[in-house]
Amino acid sequence: MAKVKIPENKVQELKDLCAKFNNEPGELINVLHGAQEMFGYLPAEIQEIVAEEMNVSVAHVYGVVTFYSFFSMLPKGKHPISICMGTACYVRGAEKVLEEFKRHLDVKVGETTPDGKFSLSCLRCVGACGLAPVVTIGERVYGRVSPEDVKGILGEY
Amino acid sequence: MARFKNHILVCGGTGCRASESEAIAVNLKRSIDENNLENDVQVVRTGCFGFCEKGPVVKMVPDNTFYVHVTPDDAEDLVLEHLIKGRKVERLLYVDPETKEHVSDSKHMDFYKKQIRIALRNCGFINPENIDEYIARDGYSALGTILDEMTPEEAIKVVKDSGLRGRGGGGFPTGLKWEITLKSESEQKYVVCNADEGDPGAFMDRSILEGDPHSVLEAMAICGYCIGADAGLIYIRAEYPLAIKRLKIAIEQARDYGLFGKDIFGSGFNFDVEIRYGAGAFVCGEETALIHSMEGLRGEPTVKPPFPSVSGYKGKPTNVNNVETFANIPAIFLKGADWFRKIGTEKSPGTKVFALAGKVNNVGLIEVPMGTTLREVIFDIGGGIKGGKKFKAVQTGGPSGGCLTVNHLDLPIDYDSLIASGSMMGSGGMIVMDEDDCMVSMAKFYLDFTVEESCGKCSPCRIGNKRLYELLEKITLGKGDEGDLTRLRNLANVIKDTALCGLGQTSPNPVLSTMDNFPEEYEAHVKESKCPAGQCRALMQYVIHPKLCTGCTLCARVCPVDAISGDKKMPHFIDTSICIKCGACMDKCKFGAISIQ
Repeated sequence: MAKVKIPENKVQELKDLCAKFNNEPGELINVLHGAQEMFGYLPAEIQEIVAEEMNVSVAHVYGVVTFYSFFSMLPKGKHPISICMGTACYVRGAEKVLEEFKRHLDVKVGETTPDGKFSLSCLRCVGACGLAPVVTIGERVYGRVSPEDVKGILGEY
Repeated sequence: MARFKNHILVCGGTGCRASESEAIAVNLKRSIDENNLENDVQVVRTGCFGFCEKGPVVKMVPDNTFYVHVTPDDAEDLVLEHLIKGRKVERLLYVDPETKEHVSDSKHMDFYKKQIRIALRNCGFINPENIDEYIARDGYSALGTILDEMTPEEAIKVVKDSGLRGRGGGGFPTGLKWEITLKSESEQKYVVCNADEGDPGAFMDRSILEGDPHSVLEAMAICGYCIGADAGLIYIRAEYPLAIKRLKIAIEQARDYGLFGKDIFGSGFNFDVEIRYGAGAFVCGEETALIHSMEGLRGEPTVKPPFPSVSGYKGKPTNVNNVETFANIPAIFLKGADWFRKIGTEKSPGTKVFALAGKVNNVGLIEVPMGTTLREVIFDIGGGIKGGKKFKAVQTGGPSGGCLTVNHLDLPIDYDSLIASGSMMGSGGMIVMDEDDCMVSMAKFYLDFTVEESCGKCSPCRIGNKRLYELLEKITLGKGDEGDLTRLRNLANVIKDTALCGLGQTSPNPVLSTMDNFPEEYEAHVKESKCPAGQCRALMQYVIHPKLCTGCTLCARVCPVDAISGDKKMPHFIDTSICIKCGACMDKCKFGAISIQ
């Protein structure tokens, strides 16, 4: 993985974040939530700093980051697209919608387009099952999406 | 305090907010101000009404007019017509699908008629961000009475007598769990609320936290008093931002009112609550995994015993209950164990909240007495199957449950009846499927979920489920043989018997129950390479019938990959080597000339 160089002031911010939780290993997940909010993702470099501050091994931090689907080690696109693959959306055709996004963007699930504009991911149930199938792009929620709508939706960005 | 003549309740649940209910509330307020009604009318953003299919929902109080599919542009009409002129806005009223008549009061809608709301008693009635509204509906009075008049043992006896069982899935008697934790001696104990709702397609707990967070907080304090704990933790999914926000507000308000903190109601009892965030791991719904996750570790389960009630969070006795279980507690103390016992069935008293979704007309959140039949839930409350299609199956219990068929429609739903028919209650997800859903694909879908969510600690789950998935994939691609069906069943049984935790032990349920209930569908896949439901793409081809095709060119125009060719007014042709089998052409053809072979 390419080395990400994070600016010095950001490093300090991250260290402050760890200190806010008293560098207590039991608060690791809360710290990682905060760090991901700060940087958008959790590259190796950030994990190394967190491990050192909290006095746990990098392997331990890596183990936690990769265990939970909410944490990502890859940067997201400018407009992160999430297709709900909860059961309610699945039986109402979410798979076909996903195929259509994959085809239009020419990326796989978990990848970002080369221009960094869109990233594609699946999530499990946003709880708006009345609107199934559901797609979210950033904060915006699209309900009752059909494969034919995909082109138009992407055109909005 | 201002006294308003009219209240407009706007649904502020996640589903309705996704359809711009916040903009409706803003527009309503603006229109109210413009018409100088600000002293008479109040706009209240409530929790979920449950009728998500018809959202966004707006309800006028006191006349109880229930408006559906409201848009922000309708706000002005609601104020001008309904409030000022006193005329109902007919175009926004619910239309009864049978009689085609307008129904204005939700009491008369089939969706609500058979429901009894205990856990959801305040959802859609009160502003969840205002503690006074909860208190006005007898909130925190159960806690006050218990602290004032009861010993922990007496209070636990009420819970035991009510027969309440854990609503998170297992159905363990709640009172008994509290008693065991009370008897575990320790200076420090914990109350944990499991709000890590991981079952895809289920949103009961989220709706309760969004619509009535105080009922859960009050119950946690009651539980703390009963078991001897002064600290509570709520483990909630980070994917539920609105529920988290409302919980935080509720906790602050409870502290301000002295309902949390030191010496509550002058009783000497101390209690406070902290929020812990999940990070997207289904296995964390299992209590030992959940506890490890709260300790900042990977959320892997450990062997029980020791049970959390003996050694849980930080090695101390910990009582873990789910959100819906807690939401029932204040009502049981207010109305009594006998009242609760009279609702539901003998072994499963009370109600259950279900998230009804899938191919059913009325998607939404419902609460019915235990013992209600699947037919009543799907056809009376749910309004039957979408598009007039045929009911095929309903999956209860999410990825851990099984599917039930037409033969089970008259089964009264409770913990034991569902287990006896090869499924389980689970947290309350209920996904309805119609004739177009392939049961092998459905099983594969759930296994895909389990494989992704398996924590990897024990090999039956980590390796076994992966192999199950591969077998199912082989079958859906038409490459399976009859031996695969035997292998599938054997492996499923081995995983069930040997996996470490609840996730692995139940993960083969979708496979086994679909094999038991739809053996002919599995056989069609392996013997004839056919998918009777027409869903497995590898097993089908789209074909245009030359005699029926008029050459209108519509299909060629909608085809996203230009696989259809043909001259105008001449029969068209699909190049199967290019076709991605999306089905767009068949949906659009007006002459029924395209079919699947």
